[in-house]
Amino acid sequence: MTTGTHQRRKERIDRGIKVRTEGIYALMSWRELVYLIMPRFVIIVGLLVAPLMIPDMYWQRVISIVCIYALLALSFDFLAHQVGLVSLGGAFFVGVGGYLSAVLNSVFGFAALLSIAVATLIGGIVCTLLLLPCLPLRGVYFAIVTLMYPLFMARAIEALDILGGTDGIMGIDSLPSAWMEQYFIIGMLLLFLFGMRRLVNTDLGLVLRAVKDNDQAVRASGMNITSYKALAVFIASAIGCFAGASLVHIYMWAGISTFALDFSVLPIAATVIGGSGTLVGPVIGCLILVPVSELLRDFGTLRIVFYSLILLAFVVFRSEGLMVYGQRKYHQIERWKKI
Amino acid sequence: MKEGPILQIQEITKTFGGIIALNRVSFEVGEGEILGIIGPNGSGKTTTVNCITGFVKPSSGRILFRGKNITGKPPHKIADMGLTRTFQIMRPYFSLPAYKNLVIPLFSPRARRTGGWRGGGRRGDRNTVGIDILEEIGFERDSYVPFKVTSTLPTGYLKRLELARCLALKPELIICDEVFSGLSMSEIASMVPLIERLQMSGITLIMIEHRLRELFKVADRVLVLNFGEKLVEGSAAEVMADPRVREAYFGSEKVEEVMRHA
Ligand SMILES: Nc1ncnc2c1ncn2[C@@H]1O[C@H](COP(=O)(O)OP(=O)(O)OP(=O)(O)O)[C@@H](O)[C@H]1O
Ligand SMILES: [Mg+2]
Repeated sequence: MTTGTHQRRKERIDRGIKVRTEGIYALMSWRELVYLIMPRFVIIVGLLVAPLMIPDMYWQRVISIVCIYALLALSFDFLAHQVGLVSLGGAFFVGVGGYLSAVLNSVFGFAALLSIAVATLIGGIVCTLLLLPCLPLRGVYFAIVTLMYPLFMARAIEALDILGGTDGIMGIDSLPSAWMEQYFIIGMLLLFLFGMRRLVNTDLGLVLRAVKDNDQAVRASGMNITSYKALAVFIASAIGCFAGASLVHIYMWAGISTFALDFSVLPIAATVIGGSGTLVGPVIGCLILVPVSELLRDFGTLRIVFYSLILLAFVVFRSEGLMVYGQRKYHQIERWKKI
Repeated sequence: MKEGPILQIQEITKTFGGIIALNRVSFEVGEGEILGIIGPNGSGKTTTVNCITGFVKPSSGRILFRGKNITGKPPHKIADMGLTRTFQIMRPYFSLPAYKNLVIPLFSPRARRTGGWRGGGRRGDRNTVGIDILEEIGFERDSYVPFKVTSTLPTGYLKRLELARCLALKPELIICDEVFSGLSMSEIASMVPLIERLQMSGITLIMIEHRLRELFKVADRVLVLNFGEKLVEGSAAEVMADPRVREAYFGSEKVEEVMRHA
C-alpha cells in the first residue's frame, strides 16, 4: 500500500471523557478547572477588556451597539429555539422600550437609569399583552404577525404625529458618564446572557422546551401552554425593551427608526452565524456582524452585497453555526487515524 | 368496588365535516373500576378519549366528571382535575433522558398541589421523584434505563413512560389508549400486574384495547363501539356472546378462539 493513498478515518474523542479515563488529571485539577472555565473566562474578560483595547470613541460606540444587538439576538434565540416562537418582533421590543424610556425621561423627568429600568418592566408587560392574541399561532404565522407590529407602530406614529412624529423625541438624558454607559451595557449583557443560560437549565426551562417540542403532552400534564408562552414572551420582550431603552439613551434621541426592521433581522442573521439554540452563539454572531457592517459603510450600497455574501458563506459552509462548531472542536479531540 | 359514577358520558356526538365519528354515545364509569372499550379501527375510540380529555370539543352532549360538567373545558384544566390520558401515538419528550420526562408533569400545578404522585410522602427534587415513579412502573433503577435518552428506549418502556406521565399528576382516572398494542406477550404479561396495582391504589381506569384476551383479564366491564355508536356494554362474557358484536367486529372463528382463552 505504499503507492496508493492510505485509508483514513477521522476519530473523535470526547475530551472530558478522555481526561477522566486516562486518570492523569484528578477531578478538579487545575487543568480541568481551566478546561471548564476557559470559555466563560474568554467571553467575560474579552467583553470587559474590549473598550480598553480600542481607545477610539467611534469604535467604543460600536461595542455598545454590538451589545444592544446581542441582547436582541439572545432574546430571539431564546424565544425561537427554547420556546418555539419565531418572532420577527425584535424591532417592536426596541421601539416600545425606547419610546417608553424616552417619555419617562423627557416628560416625567425620571433619571436615565430609572427610566431604563421602568421601561424594561412596563415595556415587557405591554409587549406581552399586545402579543397575547398571537400566542396560539404557530411557526411562520407567528413570525409574520409579529413582523406587522413594528411596521404598524412606525406608520401610526408618522401618520398621527404623536410622540414627536417624524422628528422623534429629542433631548433625552445620556447615562451619567461615557464609561458608565459602556460598562453598564456590557455588564447587563453578561448578566442577561448567563442568567438566561441558567434559566434554560432549570425545571421551568425544561417545561418551556417541552412546550416547543411536544405541546400536547404538556397540556395533557395539566399545564396551560399559553401562560408559559406568555411568560417566555415577557422575558424576551423585556430584554428587547431594555436594549431599546439603552439605545435611546446612547443616542439621546428616540425616533421612528427604533422600529426599523434591522432590529428584527440582524439578530436572526447573527443567530444563524453563531449557532441557533446556544444562546452564546448569537452574541458571538453579533460580535462579528455588527463591526463588519460598520466596516462596510465605506462601500455605500455595495455594503448589502458584501453582507449577503458573508451570510451566504456562513450558511453554506458552517450551517451549524460557529458556536456548535467551536464546542465540538473544544470538547472533542479529533485526529486522523490510518486503517 | 362499585360506588357512584366518577365519569358520566351523556349522548356525545362528534362530527368531522361529513364524518360522524361519534353518534349519541352514553356510558358511565364507576369509582375504582376498569372499563374496557373495544371496537374495530375507526370506530371512534380515540375520538371518545379526545372528547373526554378536552382535546376535541364534542358537537353535542355532556361529560360529567365527579358530577361536574367538563364538556368543552381546555385539556389542561381537565388534567388538573385528575383526569389524565395516554396517547395512542406516544408523545414522550424524545430528546430528554427518560426520567426528565417526568420533571415536566411534576412541575404542573396539580403535582405541586398534591405533592405529586403519592402526595406529600416523597421528598427530594423532581429528578429523584421522577426516578422513583419510573422504578415503580418497571424501569429497573440499577440498569440505568431511567437515564437513557428516551428516543433509544424500546416500545415497551415508552408505553410505561406514557403511564408514568399520568401517574406523576396523582390522577384519579387514567384513560389508556392502546397501551398494550405493539408489545410482546411477555411485555403485556408484565404490564397486567401493574394495571392491577394501579386499580388497587384507588385509580379508576378506562382501557382502550385491540388485545382482547389481555384486556379481559383486567377489565371489570367492556363497552363495544362500532361506527361511532355504542353496540353493547357488559361483562366480557356477555359482550362476546352477543351476536351483533360477532358480526360487527370479528370473524366468527376469532371469537371462538378468544372465548376459549377468556
Ligand atoms: N381530526 C379528525 N379529523 C377528521 N376526521 C377524524 C379526526 N379524528 C378522527 N377522525 C375520524 O373519526 C373516525 C374515528 O376515529 P378514531 O381515531 O376515533 O378511531 P379509533 O377507534 O381510535 O381507531 P383505531 O382503532 O384505529 O385507533 C375515523 O373515521 C377517523 O377518520
Ligand atoms: Mg384510536
